[in-house]
Amino acid sequence: MAQAVSTHASVADASAPRAADDQPRSRSWPRILVLVIGAAVFLFPFYYMLIGSLQSEPDTSLSGVVPTGGFTLDNYVDINKRVDLLRSLVNSGIFTGGVILFTVVLGVLAGYALARLHFRGGGTLFAVMLLVQVVPFQLLIIPLYVMIVRSYGLADSYLGMILPFAINSTAVFIFRQFFLQLPEDLFSAARIDGASELRILWSIALPLVKPALLTAVLVTFIGPWNEFLWPFLITKEADLQPLAVSLANYISNVAGRAANPYGAALAGACVLAAPAVALFVAFQRHFKASDIGSGVKG
Amino acid sequence: MTTATAAPATGGTPPRGPRRSVLATLLGRQPLGIAMAAPYALFLAAVFAYPLGLAVWISFHDYFFAAPGAAIDRPFVGLDNYTAVLSDPGVRRSFLNVLVFLVINVPLTVVLSLLLATALNGAIRGRTFLRVSYYVPYVTASVAVVAVWLFLFSRGGFVNELLGPLAPDPSWLGNSKLAMPLIALFVTWKQLGFFILLYLAALQGVPKELYESASMDGAGKFQSLRNVTIPGVRPATTLVVILSTITGANLFTEPYLLTNGGGPNGASTSPVFVMYQRGIEQGNPDVAAAIGVLLVIGVLFISLVNKRLLERG
Repeated sequence: MAQAVSTHASVADASAPRAADDQPRSRSWPRILVLVIGAAVFLFPFYYMLIGSLQSEPDTSLSGVVPTGGFTLDNYVDINKRVDLLRSLVNSGIFTGGVILFTVVLGVLAGYALARLHFRGGGTLFAVMLLVQVVPFQLLIIPLYVMIVRSYGLADSYLGMILPFAINSTAVFIFRQFFLQLPEDLFSAARIDGASELRILWSIALPLVKPALLTAVLVTFIGPWNEFLWPFLITKEADLQPLAVSLANYISNVAGRAANPYGAALAGACVLAAPAVALFVAFQRHFKASDIGSGVKG
Repeated sequence: MTTATAAPATGGTPPRGPRRSVLATLLGRQPLGIAMAAPYALFLAAVFAYPLGLAVWISFHDYFFAAPGAAIDRPFVGLDNYTAVLSDPGVRRSFLNVLVFLVINVPLTVVLSLLLATALNGAIRGRTFLRVSYYVPYVTASVAVVAVWLFLFSRGGFVNELLGPLAPDPSWLGNSKLAMPLIALFVTWKQLGFFILLYLAALQGVPKELYESASMDGAGKFQSLRNVTIPGVRPATTLVVILSTITGANLFTEPYLLTNGGGPNGASTSPVFVMYQRGIEQGNPDVAAAIGVLLVIGVLFISLVNKRLLERG
């Protein structure tokens, strides 16, 4: 098959050498233009966010896009006075960390069972997981609010924030996909040697799917770190609010009265955005089309 | 070596006695799988299946918040909550708003993400940089990027400076005709990176020979896009349409923050925002649950229609 393709390609090359010469040039200019305009549209707001957070006076004029001086960290000091940045970041971290822990532990076990073991109910579980993907979380906010806040009294607690996000079917799909790709021989050999299923999972399968682990952590991270609605509903104490919630409260309540309202809000936005952006730039190799595609397609 | 150890494995798997095979038919060949999947399944029942049922139950009863443990009578009221919802102009407005949102957001998302994914597919210098810059908005919190959009689109903001005399009056987010389209644009921009990734994955599955034979038949860039790429990524398109519809149905943060609570005059409210207002602010969870049920029915209906249309066309 591969050979047939390559001969086909070489025939095409030989028969039309001129067309092949012309094509890259005529094709790539509009293409590069589209890509560069796209990148500018995607990145400009982030650039604007950063320079806006560093200026004492908002400069919205066209020349203000390239500021020449007058940089200050006052906006960061200002937002830190109104929103306890460190405390909020810690809350975001606990919320996100808890969700990742639950997702990975529950997801690895379920993904392994679905990929490698034959058991009653496996097919049903898989079908239910697909259903979870299409029911919007927002339908559940009223019953979850009733359960977590009214029935279990978990308002203003980390556990109340974490529980609704403890399972993530995308992560299970990713794990299942990676476990499926491992050769069957590996497992039967280990079973012959008398290894228990948990031991096979822990010392053979898991080390081989480390990339999937990282991808799943990245995919899971975005959810709770950026989530606004749920923690906003169940935390009334400022001490427990993740940064997304405390910053949103600042934007909707206080911003109008601050000296440089946009500057302080943008400074807070930079603090909220920086960890996520840094993480995804650093680990961009693990957030690729194929990984996510396998996760979503199941 | 692997073949040597693997060979007896097939001999060892068949059940050894009648007791074992009964167990196997009852629980499956490897019942340990049940134990391993159980924690996940329990959570699925507790934070998904049960609340889903509870939402439907609440929507058919006269439900109100009460102290935990208090035994209160919550009578069955049939479709009362649904008639209350459907006769509420604020709710109808929010559903209409989300339709406006979807009409703008979904086609724009499909076209732009397919265009950018096609342009990004293949070897280009700076591919990694471009790919990362496309998904930066997707991985950033809405709350953070809302702050900069508020700044960019404020009355004396950068966008109006750029437009000069063309700047709309009243300005973007205060203009009842422009508020919802701007939110649709915001969400398109924010989510596009994820959909580009989906299309990039789908493009890997389109056989290269098809492009070659198309170009040998004299097809131009546009024709091969129409005749090879678009049919080749049709399943991905179905997925993109369904996922962006779900994202639209979930709209809350943007109307809450960007237009300060669905303003001006309810021109940018969303069903979820109204659920929050009616259910939690005003203490009518039964009405809010009915809105949620209608919303999900709407999403499922739109998804099914889209799936039919896309798979046929």
